[in-house]
Amino acid sequence: MSLDSKIPKGPLKDKWTNYKNNINLVNPANKRNIDVIVIGTGLAGGSAAATLAELGYNVKAFCYQDSPRRAHSIAAQGGINAAKNYQGDGDSTYRLFYDTIKGGDYRSREANVYRLAEVSTNIIDQCVAQGVPFARDYGGLLDNRSFGGVLVSRTFYAKGQTGQQLLLGAYSAMNRQIAKGKIEMFNRHEMLDVVIVDGKARGIIARNLVTGEIERHSAHAVVLGSGGYGNVFFLSTNAMGSNVTAAWKAHKKGAYFANPCYTQIHPTCIPVHGTQQSKLTLMSESLRNDGRIWVPAKLEDAEAVRKGTLKPTAIKEEDRDYYLERRYPSFGNLVPRDVASRAAKERCDAGFGVVDNDTNEGVFLDFAAAIQRYGKEEALVKGISDASKEEITALGEKVIETKYGNLFDMYKQITDDNPYKTPMRIYPAVHYTMGGLWVDYNLMTNVEGMYAIGEANFSDHGANRLGASALMQGLADGYFVLPYTIGDYLANDIRTGKISTDTPEFEAAEKKATDEINKLINNNGTKAVDYFHKKLGLIMWNKVGMSRTTEGLNEAIAEIASLREEFYKDVRVPGEANELNQELEKAGRVADFLELGELFARDALEREESCGGHFREEYKTEDGEALRRDAEFAYVSAWEYTGKPSDAILHKDKLDFENVELKTRSYK
Amino acid sequence: MSAAKKLNLTLKVWRQKNGNAKGSLETYPLKDISPDSSFLEMLDILNSELINKGDSPVSFDHDCREGICGSCSLYINGEPHGPSRLVTTCQLHMRSFEDGETIYIEPFRAKAFPVIKDLMVDRSAFDRIQHAGGYISVNTSGNTQDANAIPIEKEDADEAFYSAACIGCGACVAACKNASASLFVAAKVSQYALLPQGKIEAKDRVLNMVKQAEKEGFGPCSNTGACEVECPKGISIENIARMNREFLSASISK
Amino acid sequence: MSESKGLLKSHIVKKYWMAFTGLFLMLFLTGHLAGNLQLFLTGYEGQLQFNEYAVFMTTNPAVKLLSYVTYISILFHAIDGIVISMANRKARPDGYAYSKPGKNSPWSSRNMGILGTIILVYIVVHMQNFWYEYKFGKTEFMMSEDGLSPLLQDGTIAEGATVTSTGNVMLAGENIGVAMKDLYTIVMEGFANPILVVFYVLAMIAMGFHLIHGFQSAFQSIGLRNKKYSPAIIKIGYAFAVIVPLLFAIIPVYLFIMAA
Repeated sequence: MSLDSKIPKGPLKDKWTNYKNNINLVNPANKRNIDVIVIGTGLAGGSAAATLAELGYNVKAFCYQDSPRRAHSIAAQGGINAAKNYQGDGDSTYRLFYDTIKGGDYRSREANVYRLAEVSTNIIDQCVAQGVPFARDYGGLLDNRSFGGVLVSRTFYAKGQTGQQLLLGAYSAMNRQIAKGKIEMFNRHEMLDVVIVDGKARGIIARNLVTGEIERHSAHAVVLGSGGYGNVFFLSTNAMGSNVTAAWKAHKKGAYFANPCYTQIHPTCIPVHGTQQSKLTLMSESLRNDGRIWVPAKLEDAEAVRKGTLKPTAIKEEDRDYYLERRYPSFGNLVPRDVASRAAKERCDAGFGVVDNDTNEGVFLDFAAAIQRYGKEEALVKGISDASKEEITALGEKVIETKYGNLFDMYKQITDDNPYKTPMRIYPAVHYTMGGLWVDYNLMTNVEGMYAIGEANFSDHGANRLGASALMQGLADGYFVLPYTIGDYLANDIRTGKISTDTPEFEAAEKKATDEINKLINNNGTKAVDYFHKKLGLIMWNKVGMSRTTEGLNEAIAEIASLREEFYKDVRVPGEANELNQELEKAGRVADFLELGELFARDALEREESCGGHFREEYKTEDGEALRRDAEFAYVSAWEYTGKPSDAILHKDKLDFENVELKTRSYK
Repeated sequence: MSAAKKLNLTLKVWRQKNGNAKGSLETYPLKDISPDSSFLEMLDILNSELINKGDSPVSFDHDCREGICGSCSLYINGEPHGPSRLVTTCQLHMRSFEDGETIYIEPFRAKAFPVIKDLMVDRSAFDRIQHAGGYISVNTSGNTQDANAIPIEKEDADEAFYSAACIGCGACVAACKNASASLFVAAKVSQYALLPQGKIEAKDRVLNMVKQAEKEGFGPCSNTGACEVECPKGISIENIARMNREFLSASISK
Repeated sequence: MSESKGLLKSHIVKKYWMAFTGLFLMLFLTGHLAGNLQLFLTGYEGQLQFNEYAVFMTTNPAVKLLSYVTYISILFHAIDGIVISMANRKARPDGYAYSKPGKNSPWSSRNMGILGTIILVYIVVHMQNFWYEYKFGKTEFMMSEDGLSPLLQDGTIAEGATVTSTGNVMLAGENIGVAMKDLYTIVMEGFANPILVVFYVLAMIAMGFHLIHGFQSAFQSIGLRNKKYSPAIIKIGYAFAVIVPLLFAIIPVYLFIMAA
C-alpha cells in the first residue's frame, strides 16, 4: 500500500480554509444515525468526543481510568502555546509554525503544522468561554509567559496546572453531552482490539475492567486518542496506566506505526532513588530560567558528594563545571530539551554524577545565584542600602518562592531536601513520544475510518516537541480538526445504518481477545509482570535511550525478543479473567510494550542520522552535536505489521519542505 | 538521600473480593522499606511479595503518581491520604512513618462511594454531579468571541483557579463525618460563579448540582471543616459558604 | 429546569433553618442572660426587682409573642437537628475500622447532636424547675419588706390585704388585683441544692461547646463567610460561646455559695 498524505493543494496558508470549503458535510438529521467511538479522554479524546457529540453524532467514549477527568493530560504543568500575539512581540501563525517545524528538527509535515498554528488561537477563545481560569494580569487580560527557547511570549497558563485546567474544560464539555445522552461514557474500560469490516474500522472489543466482561461496540468510525507509549521505558513521567495497547492493536490490524523511535527525554526530572521506584516526576522546564546546571569539576568531589561526605554548597566556584554554559555560551541553561538531556548524560557517563543510586545519574540545578541576584534587586527596590547577606538571601528566597514555590514544595516532598538551601538534583526522564500511528492530513490512519489524534499520532512534532505544544496539539485535533475531517469521511456513511456486532469479524476479534487473556491467566509462570516491565525498561533506557549505537540497538532488538519469549513462558498473572484484576491489565499492556519496544529499536537502527530526540553516536559533528542527514532521511518511517516486529515493513512517507529552508540547529 | 534507616512495618489492609463480598482487615508484616519510597511504592512491594507467595495482590486506584489525577485515595491511619497535609497518597512518603509502626489502610467510606474491590471505590457519583451542571453551555465552534473580550479581575480569576484546582479525589467525602460532598460541589459551583462566563447558568447549576449530590447519597454539611484540612489541594470551605449563598439566592428567585 | 418544591427538602435548606433558628436562640440567650444578671442584686430590692421582671416577662404581649417564637425555634432546631443527624448517619453505613477525626476537626463540631440533646434535657428540667413552678406550682407570694402585706403585680403594696390560694388579692372582701409571685425565693431555694447547681454548670459547659461551633457554623450555613469577615466572626463566636454560658453558670454557683 502506498501512503497518501492527502495534503490539499494550494499555498500553505490557504490549505485548511480551502479544504474546509470543499469537504462533504453530513446533515444534522443524518448525524443522529452515525456512531463514533473515541478511545481515551485526554485533551485530544475528550475534546473530540465533546465536539462530535455537539455536532450531533452518537459518541461512545472509553477510558481505562475511573473518570474521564483523570487522563494523563491532567499532569501537564507549563502551558499551552497559541499565536495570539497579545504581547505584541512579533508572534504570528507563521512564526509558531516555523518554530514548531524547526524545534521538531525538520521531521514533521508542513501542512499539518501550519494548520495547528492556525487553529491555536481558537483554542484559547474556546477555553476561556468554557470557564478555564487562565492566569490574568492586573488589567484583567490574559497573561503569557515565554517557554522553551522561543523568542516570543505565547504560552498561556494556569499556574503550574495548565493541563489540569484544560482537561477539566474538555471534561466539562463532555459532561454536558453525557447529560444529554449524546455521549455514552464507558469508564474503567480498556480497548483490546479494533474490528475491521470490509477494510473499514467498524468497532472495538473492550474489557470492562470492573467485571472482566469482554464487550463488543460498533461504530461508523473509531478515533484513537489513547496517548503516548513512554511507559515502554518502565520509568517515565507518564501515568502508571499509560499504555500503547490501543494503538498497538490498531497497528496489528493494519495501521502503520510512524517514527516509533522519536522520544522526548525531559531534562528536569527528579532522579531515580532506588530500584523500587515506580515512576518519575517532572518539574516544569521554567526552572531552567533561573537555575544553573552543574556538576563537580573533579571526580573526587563528585564521589564525595555521592557518599554524602561533601556538601554541594561547600564546593568552590572554580571547582564546579557549569557544562551547559561552557558548551553552549549563547543559550546556556536554556538550550532545547534534547540538547540539555544529552549533555547531562555525557557528564554522568564520565563519572561526574551526583546522585547516590545504582547509576549515579544526576546533576545539580542550583538557584543560589538567582537567589542572590533577586535578593539584591529586592533590597534596592525596598530601599535597603546596607542589606546583610542574610537579608539578601531571605529576600531572594521570597522571590524564588513566588515564582516556583509549588515546584520547590513538590521537590521537597519527594526528596526531603530543601532546594532553597542546597541545589536540586535532577536528571532527564522519558516524557513524551513524538512517534505514533501514521495519519494523513485528515488525521486518518491508513485504515479507513480509523483516526488517531493527540500524542497517539505522529504528525506535528517531528523529532522533538517544543514545550507547551502538546496541549495545543491535543485540543487542536479534538476541537477543531477532527470534527471537520471525520465529517468528510462519514458523509459516505449516511445510508449504512447501525453496524451490527453480530458478525464474524466481531466474533473473531472477541475470541482473539479472550484467548490472549486466558493465555496470560493460565500461564502459571513464576515472575510477576513488573519483573519483565522493569527489564524491558532497562534495555530501552540503556540501549535505546538518550544516545543510540548500531551495536546497542542490535543487542536491544535481540534482548527484547528473548525477553518477550521469556515473558510468555514465565509470567505469573494471579486472579481470574472475570474480575477486577490489575495484574492482568498490566500483563496485557506489557505484552504490547514488548512488541513495540522491538519495533522502536528497529526504527532507531534504520534511521542513520541524529535528529531531535533521536541521537545516534555514529552521526554527530566533531563537537558532539546532532548530525541530521536530510538528503537521505527527510521522511516519516511508517511501519507495517506483518506478523511480528522483526518482519515489519518500512514505508517511507517523504517530507517535502516548500516553505521553510532546512537548517542545522545551533545553540552555541 | 538513601542512607536512611529502613523501616519494618505492620500493615492492616482492608481486603474485599468484590462489591458484594464481606471484607475484613488483614495483617501483613513488611520489612526493609526505604523511607524515600512513596506510600504506593510500599504497596507495590507488598503486592510483589503477595504475588510471589501466590496470594492475590491488593487492588488500589492510582495513576499519575504525581498528585494531580486524583485517582489515588486510601484512608491511612485514620485520615484520607494519610497524616501529611496538602498531599495525595501518591505523594506521601514513607519517611512520614516510624520504624515498627502499624499502618491501617482502608478504602474511602461513603454510601455514595461503594467499594469495588479491596481499597478501590466507585467515585462515579462525582461524575454524575458534574453531569448535572458542571459546565458552561458553549459549543466548541471555534467562533466564540476573542478570549480577551471580557476582562476578568485578577482576584476573581485567581480565586476561580483555586476552586478549579480540585482533583476530584473524594478526600473531602472520606474525611467528613457525614460523607458530605459539599466541598467538591462547592468548588465547582464557585469556579463558575466567579467567572462572567459562568454567571449565566449559575442558578440552575447550583440547584441541580446540589440536588444531584443529595440524590447520590452524600450527607449534609456540618461545617466541621475536616474537608478543608484533609483536601490535598487546600480548597477552602469559603467555597461552601459561597455555594450556600448561591443556593439561597437561586432558591428564592427560581 | 429546577423543581423548587423538591428543594425545600434539600439538606442546605435544612441547614438554613438550623442557622436561622440558632441565631435567633442566641439573641434569646442574650436577653435571658440580661434578665438573670438581676439575681446578683441582693436584699429586698433585688428580690423586688427580679419578681417585677418575672411579671413583665410573663404578661407583656410582645414578650409573650417572642416567647412563642422561642419555643417554636427550640422545637424546630431540635427536630431539624434530629432529621439532619439521621441523614448524616445514612450517608456512611459502613464506618472506618480506625479513624482519627480529631486530626482534622474540633470535637464540638462533630458532636452537636449530643451537645444539643444535653441542652434539650436541661431546658426541660429548667422549665420544670422555674417556669412550671412559677405558673402552676405552689409558689409563695411576694410580701412587703415588713412581711405583713402582699404586693400586687404592678409592685404596689396592698396593706392589710390577703391573698387567696389562686393568687387574688382581697381587701375587705373585694378582689383588688393579682398578687406578685415570689420567683426570686424559688430560685434561691432551688440553687441551695448542690446537685441542681452541678447539673446547671454542666449544662452550661455543654452550651458553651455547642455555641463554639454553632455560632460560626450558622454564618457559614447562610453563606456569610469570606476572607475579610470570617476571622472577626470566628473571634466573636468564641467570645460569645465562652462569656454567655460562663455568666449563666456563675449565677447558680454564686447563689449556692451565698446560701451556704
